Amino acid sequence: MTFEPTEPQAAVAAAARAVARGILAPQVRAAEREGRFPDAVMRALGEAGLLAMNVPSEHGGSETGAIAAALALAEIAAVDLAASVVVGVTNMVAETIARFGTEPQRRRHLPPLASGAAFAGAFALSEPGAGSDPAALTTRATRTGAGWVIDGEKQWITSGDLAGVLIVWARTDPAAGGGGFTAFLVERGAPGLTVGRHERKMGIRGSTTVSLVLDRCEVADEARLGAPGAGLPIALAALDGGRVGIAAQATGTIRAALDASRSYALERQAFGRPIAEHQAIAFALADMAVDHDTARLLTLRAAALKEAGRPFHREASMAKLLASEAAQRAVSRAVQIHGGNGYTEDYPVARLFRDARVQTIYEGTSEIQRLVIARELLR
Amino acid sequence: MDIELTDEQRQVRDLCREFAAKELRPNARRWDEHHEFPAEAVRQLGAMGLMGVAIPAEWGGAGMDAVSYALAMEEISRGCAGTGVIMSVSNSLYCDPVFKYGTDAQRERFLRPHASGAKLGAFALTEPASGSDAAEMRTVAVRRGDRYVLDGSKNYITNGPQAEHLLVFAMTDRSKGHRGISAFLVPTDAPGLTRGKPDDKVGIRASGSCSIFFEGCAVEESQRLGGEGDGFKIAMATLDGGRIGIAAQALGIARAALEEAVAYARDRKAFGQPIAQFQAIQFMLADMATELDAARLLVWRAATLKDRGVRHSAESAMAKLYASEMSERVTSRAIQIHGGLGYMRECDAERHWRDSRITQIYEGTSEIQRLVISSAVLKG
Repeated sequence: MTFEPTEPQAAVAAAARAVARGILAPQVRAAEREGRFPDAVMRALGEAGLLAMNVPSEHGGSETGAIAAALALAEIAAVDLAASVVVGVTNMVAETIARFGTEPQRRRHLPPLASGAAFAGAFALSEPGAGSDPAALTTRATRTGAGWVIDGEKQWITSGDLAGVLIVWARTDPAAGGGGFTAFLVERGAPGLTVGRHERKMGIRGSTTVSLVLDRCEVADEARLGAPGAGLPIALAALDGGRVGIAAQATGTIRAALDASRSYALERQAFGRPIAEHQAIAFALADMAVDHDTARLLTLRAAALKEAGRPFHREASMAKLLASEAAQRAVSRAVQIHGGNGYTEDYPVARLFRDARVQTIYEGTSEIQRLVIARELLR
Repeated sequence: MDIELTDEQRQVRDLCREFAAKELRPNARRWDEHHEFPAEAVRQLGAMGLMGVAIPAEWGGAGMDAVSYALAMEEISRGCAGTGVIMSVSNSLYCDPVFKYGTDAQRERFLRPHASGAKLGAFALTEPASGSDAAEMRTVAVRRGDRYVLDGSKNYITNGPQAEHLLVFAMTDRSKGHRGISAFLVPTDAPGLTRGKPDDKVGIRASGSCSIFFEGCAVEESQRLGGEGDGFKIAMATLDGGRIGIAAQALGIARAALEEAVAYARDRKAFGQPIAQFQAIQFMLADMATELDAARLLVWRAATLKDRGVRHSAESAMAKLYASEMSERVTSRAIQIHGGLGYMRECDAERHWRDSRITQIYEGTSEIQRLVISSAVLKG
């Protein structure tokens, strides 16, 4: 047993760290102001092999494995949470297409996702009336002669306006309940697909979040991902992987909060000495370090199971739950350690505090994770 | 990254799990109730090699790794937390340092019978006025020719009432502060050594602890473990290893509470359905299981570092801090899930909660662990 990354895994993490510091860090504030980041950033992430990490190389992927992917996401998140969301979702979309797509679908969509030419991928599951409960989805896809016509509304879709390809879930058999969903690959600019509202979010503002309107949006049958009716298992499989991604992101968040707090505490003087020498502050740092390590270990365990092709449903939920909740404590402590300065946007912890808040919500709320864990426990 | 147990580690775990289910769980409540030392179970643990897990076979131990030790500690403590600490003290706080710092002659006399479980050892560091701050100890060992004469007292010494030998820390040169502390191996029947009556404890009542008094207690120079002045270093390094064992003990206690809470929640009905169907209960169970797993990973990580001979002070401190605090939360929630029954002595939940409480205190309080961790964080 060992909890150390292998050399190749550490190399992927180091590459991600280099891109994060070299490319992402200088534009974090501008991206937050603009509400998106430049195409060139996505291209650079693609070039570094960070957009399709669990995708075969013949389709442009970098085949890092799930452990290295988690380490890389944590590195990106430690610098730029908005970018880590877009990178995480793009990886999830690419991996889902690689896993469930036909060969022509893989050839068409994976290379541009991997290179960043598609900017990003989007995962269009949530709706205004259905978040945690997919059985309440109302978007419909109706069979026509050559393909399908999709009608409905999607909400909270990360990169929904910018992504080259979106996986859209729709009900194809309204009578069938959970078996009645089908996934479709819808391309940016498809007729009948329009971007609705751009959400004004409290954090991760460098990423876009939009609602989508599908009004008689026609897609060919070749755009169907997986069998008709097989949509829900595809979504759930993707979300298991996605949860490990958010757990990794939360781990990176805690790292960033701890690093910023540590530097500040060593620098800032109060009562004649650095505040790091006061136990109240030192112990807060200790608790943040423990939170970081528990989050990291649970994340790596889930990733290791995923990489070994073993079940990781419960472990993914545990990692997502604990890491995202621990991140809330960590960013709050970081603001506290920074005092008044922490409440201003002059220090990075204010942004961390806002950005991290969504982690207990998206890709399955903490409540959903607890349901998953309890269900597995009581089986 | 490789989170799999080896076949040998699995075997140790399964063997201990079976032993705990058969020999410990059925008796744990009685031992707790009567503050009764589980002499027969301890004898069997010795026969299984569990009183000197890491000690090489040539010195009577089982020669296993730290991960196996953590697995064994979790399983034994899942059966009976008091038995867990008896085992932990023998392994981490007595056999390990005697092996590491002892001469062959010392190992022959003070280690071999302990590693095989024939005799019990104890670690005598804490004093009435010096717990976390060991450098403030009052017990002295004054050199007289080729002997030392010990005077002072120790308290809360786990295994003290039963131990045949003690690893005692005493000041040999107060002017040097903590560098003036030395370690000695002392038989409990030595003239000048007396024991107080066993402490009446909140939990882990199958294990005994007591005060030890030294009045002109003479020991040979050959009973000094390590060099003169090495005592503090020996104590601190020993506690680093010990923390993994206590963290694993906390895991075992929490797991007992979780498993029993799950079983009860499935069984108990309220408002027409098993309480396991209510989200309020489900969510508690989910948090318990998640925190337990996180703690176990911290414990295993520290153990793997120890096995690789890498410095692991901060990682052991994290494992001990998190696992012990987790254990109190988990055992408290288990009481809550059991409702009124959980508050009754007939229910194991209340014992788990009482047993868990000590894990945040002994072998370094949570506060000491945070000092260790924060100093590692600040060093970077």
